[in-house]
Amino acid sequence: MKHSGFIAAAVLFMLPSLGQAGAKPDQAALERGKALAFDSNKGNCLACHMIADGEFPGNLGPPMIQMKERFPDRAALREQIWDASAKNPKSMMPPFGKNGVLSGEEVDLIVDYLYTL
Amino acid sequence: MIKNRILRRLIPAALMVSAVAVSRPAQAVNYQALVDADTKAFQSYFIKEFPEVKLADYANGVYALNEDSRRQWQEMEEFPPYELDIEAGKALFNKPFANGKSLASCFPDGGAVRGKYPYFDEKRKEVVTLEMAINECRVANGEQPWPGNKGDLAKVSAYMAYISRGQKVDVKVGSKAAYDAYLKGKAFFYGKRGQLNMSCSGCHMEYVGRNLRAEVVSPALGHTTHFPVFRSKWGEIGTLHRRYAGCNENIGAKPFPAQSEEYRNLEFFQTAMSNGLQYNGPASRK
Repeated sequence: MKHSGFIAAAVLFMLPSLGQAGAKPDQAALERGKALAFDSNKGNCLACHMIADGEFPGNLGPPMIQMKERFPDRAALREQIWDASAKNPKSMMPPFGKNGVLSGEEVDLIVDYLYTL
Repeated sequence: MIKNRILRRLIPAALMVSAVAVSRPAQAVNYQALVDADTKAFQSYFIKEFPEVKLADYANGVYALNEDSRRQWQEMEEFPPYELDIEAGKALFNKPFANGKSLASCFPDGGAVRGKYPYFDEKRKEVVTLEMAINECRVANGEQPWPGNKGDLAKVSAYMAYISRGQKVDVKVGSKAAYDAYLKGKAFFYGKRGQLNMSCSGCHMEYVGRNLRAEVVSPALGHTTHFPVFRSKWGEIGTLHRRYAGCNENIGAKPFPAQSEEYRNLEFFQTAMSNGLQYNGPASRK
């Protein structure tokens, strides 16, 4: 019984990372997603994309705006980050998930964050 | 109908002519012509992308693209950060080896030979770069080769580039072996690699002039004309192969050693793509 609080907390913590469309990510998870997107050793999205208040964004790729309109299918957005080369072998975008730069959980956190833009 | 009849008669004749045309180069392929066609296509790509940039200005690297940044850079070049390296390189070039000879005894024209490198050595069947030749001169005279891609090796290279400024880039590919080395360099340039699955051409052709974070992506045309460079990021002078290694690391690919066959072939290909430009090294870069 003593551990039930921990388990509940852990479950709550993991919810957004499950990446289910139904589960609404909380603020802390969105912050984590943003941090991963901005981290130059992780998503490093700013190297190529304009994102919200990110400083000195690159412009090799399109700006990250209206993400829900552009990617109504969550799986398509996830796949674009996981392995952009699957859809377009000549894509410049690194296959972050496939090549192990980001874990599945990290990709999901970034997808959740991108959907707020 | 008349037309068809004429065509029918012409076709065998045309086939015979083309068969002769095809069989002739099979005996003696003009490899230089193949490379020249590549170079022309390569340079045309940039001319079309940036019609306002003069071809000769590509020797200035990324500063060819933007007049404001070029002016800032030119101001920096008035008191160049590599000045002391050139002086040190000159001293090293003339410094006697233990046997009394020096680097100066290996190179003609007082060492103003930048324009002759890289070249394909038909006897050894490999690409020889300037840095390789410098170290081979040392070894031939009983000295240890200089390590890596910076320090004394880069300084002597900088001095030799400096006294060769204005020489024309004119890489020659005159044999099948040379063309094979060239093709290996070409494959390296266009091939995707590393954890980030990127190629040289992906950034330095397709996205030239765009911003990668706060930096502008430099054009591949002219990449090899101005090395070695004093890079602010390094705080010192370094060779082209050091830059290659840094680029490979950035995309999560294992860098090849300086003067490895891979990088020499890449330098050979890249320099051929800049044929017609002028050598203007050393240079300063961010």
